[in-house]
Amino acid sequence: MDYQNLFTQTQVVGPENHGAPINEYDLRERTQSIGFSYLLGKLGNAQLGPLYLGRLGVASIAFGIVAFVIVGFNMLAQVHWNPIQMVRQLFWLSLDPPSPKYGLRLAPLSEGGWWNICGLFLTVSILLWWMRTYRRAKALGLGTHVPWAFAAAIWLFLVLGLFRPVLMGSWSEGVPFGIFPHLDWTAAISIRYGNLFYNPFHMLSIFFLYGSVLLFGMHGATILAVGRYGGEREIEQIVDRGTASERAALFWRWTMGFNATMESIHRWAWWFAVLCPVSGGIGILLTGTFVDNWYLWAMHHGMVPAYPTTSVVDPALATPAFAPTVEGLK
Amino acid sequence: MNKRSISLALLCVLALLVSGCERPSFQRAQNGFRGTAMVNVQNPRINAEKEQANQLPPSTGLASADGPRASEVYKNVKVLGNLSQAQFTTFMVSMTSWVAPQQGCAYCHNVANFAEDALYTKTVARRMIQMNQNINANWKAHVQGTGVTCYTCHRGNNIPQNVWFKDAPQKISGPALGQRNGQNEPAMSVGYASLTNEPFSLYLLENHPTRVQGKQGLPYGNLKTTQDTENVYGIMMHFSKSLGVNCTYCHNSRAFSDWSQSTPQRALAWHAIQMVKDINNTYMYPLTGVFPEHRLGATGDVAKANCITCHQGVNKPLYGKSMLGDFPYLAQQYSEKKLTEAIVAVK
Repeated sequence: MDYQNLFTQTQVVGPENHGAPINEYDLRERTQSIGFSYLLGKLGNAQLGPLYLGRLGVASIAFGIVAFVIVGFNMLAQVHWNPIQMVRQLFWLSLDPPSPKYGLRLAPLSEGGWWNICGLFLTVSILLWWMRTYRRAKALGLGTHVPWAFAAAIWLFLVLGLFRPVLMGSWSEGVPFGIFPHLDWTAAISIRYGNLFYNPFHMLSIFFLYGSVLLFGMHGATILAVGRYGGEREIEQIVDRGTASERAALFWRWTMGFNATMESIHRWAWWFAVLCPVSGGIGILLTGTFVDNWYLWAMHHGMVPAYPTTSVVDPALATPAFAPTVEGLK
Repeated sequence: MNKRSISLALLCVLALLVSGCERPSFQRAQNGFRGTAMVNVQNPRINAEKEQANQLPPSTGLASADGPRASEVYKNVKVLGNLSQAQFTTFMVSMTSWVAPQQGCAYCHNVANFAEDALYTKTVARRMIQMNQNINANWKAHVQGTGVTCYTCHRGNNIPQNVWFKDAPQKISGPALGQRNGQNEPAMSVGYASLTNEPFSLYLLENHPTRVQGKQGLPYGNLKTTQDTENVYGIMMHFSKSLGVNCTYCHNSRAFSDWSQSTPQRALAWHAIQMVKDINNTYMYPLTGVFPEHRLGATGDVAKANCITCHQGVNKPLYGKSMLGDFPYLAQQYSEKKLTEAIVAVK
């Protein structure tokens, strides 16, 4: 009955578990101490450790800290080294990419050069962390599903900060390191390139995003609901269905006429999650490089209906813009 | 069920965290084709506050145009010399109540000799009357028949409450850290977004078109950048805040640049941009040397106008009520040549 609650009710605490022994080298790299936390057990497993950091982990964290510190000190300097203002203005503060006039050259540090350096360190850090997930998966004899899913997210990150700026010939097209500033950037790139909602790959990305949420909700609910019949033994039930699996399947056939299996539901979820950043990255990569105005592109291809005209005419066609004549001004 | 109530309370706090800051309820008015979200959202509670700040001063009535001309009665009347004495004195009294209700005549005049031009405020006031006439006569495309008077901006203040100066350039110290790019600060000017805090120089002083979207689907050489767009976004936030309207007051947000989906207000706003450039370049900028230092900005630039200078939070300044009925001469044409001479004389 404990599974019928929405929040985790059971907390099984056993003896310290050091995990499967792999080989001498990997065992040497693991921390030996193991702790138990009641609060952690509320969220996941109550056991903390053993940790495996390794050389890749150390290198990744070192590069990541450099990137974090570059952003942090730039923000702190913007508020004249006042920590209280740093907290108050944190959501507004940003490390911005250089201005368009620098193209793909390295701008002076104060003009956006720090953005490039920070981006380099962050990219190295993330790639090292990816290698770490791959190596650890291999070491445990696992499949590499997790590293490849992570790689999908890294693809979108690299498109935003590296591939697209290079194709556009300007680092200025990159994303600022800041909370509101990166949101403003998102709105601005959509407006500049004629509304990203008309970008089919953006549409696909949203489809996979919302689809992931839906699948996640359906699967989590189904397994909790059949927990009383042993439904949590999902992997065994791929080949040996059992009553939990059959009841769950029948529920979905009753309600929507079709059901996934214990195996396929996990493939559905994995592909939806992975395709969200993959298709999003393709959409961003095409923006500005292959399509300048997504709205006009979509209208040209008959994607959406036109609305009745308001008959408003561009006044600049009849009246020239006021051009200042005063000396000293453009 | 203590746990349940704690969970519920937590959920309520979370809901508050992600909710907007404006307390309901709202009024919504459709202003475009159905299903396009072309809706103007207004908050009656906030509008009630604005209403108080946007009342007309009591009417003086129309003064008689008969009798001797002001230029015959008074000395050194350069701009309004063709008014009757009654019109002239009515206007002077009104102007005092609009601009210097505390200081009175002495704000612009040497009370021992009213004809003297010793005070800078008198020189400025003269140019501002000409600016009024220019706006009312030559910028009907924006101000229509309603027009403006000193009161539209001043509202009883020596300096209109909403003017703008250029930002002082940021000093970068230490190892080249802390470039703000003139943005990323919660500034009222752009509705507390992290956009360029002062987008006015580009669009309301210099002549940069705000048009960033391409005219063709495929790339054809439109060199506008995402950063250009952030500047445009900033000035548009200013439009929106100044007029108390949302984007869809002028644009169908699915295609911001498309005129055939925009409302007629967008064309009015385009003329407004041109008009404000005229105000700032022809009238304010040449007065820079006339103002004393404490009236100038951090970079020594003169106070300049933007949308909120007149609009002050409502889509039509003073709710579109005209004051020109009492002061028809504020809409008369004047000679640009004389005007230029006046500037030269000032310098």
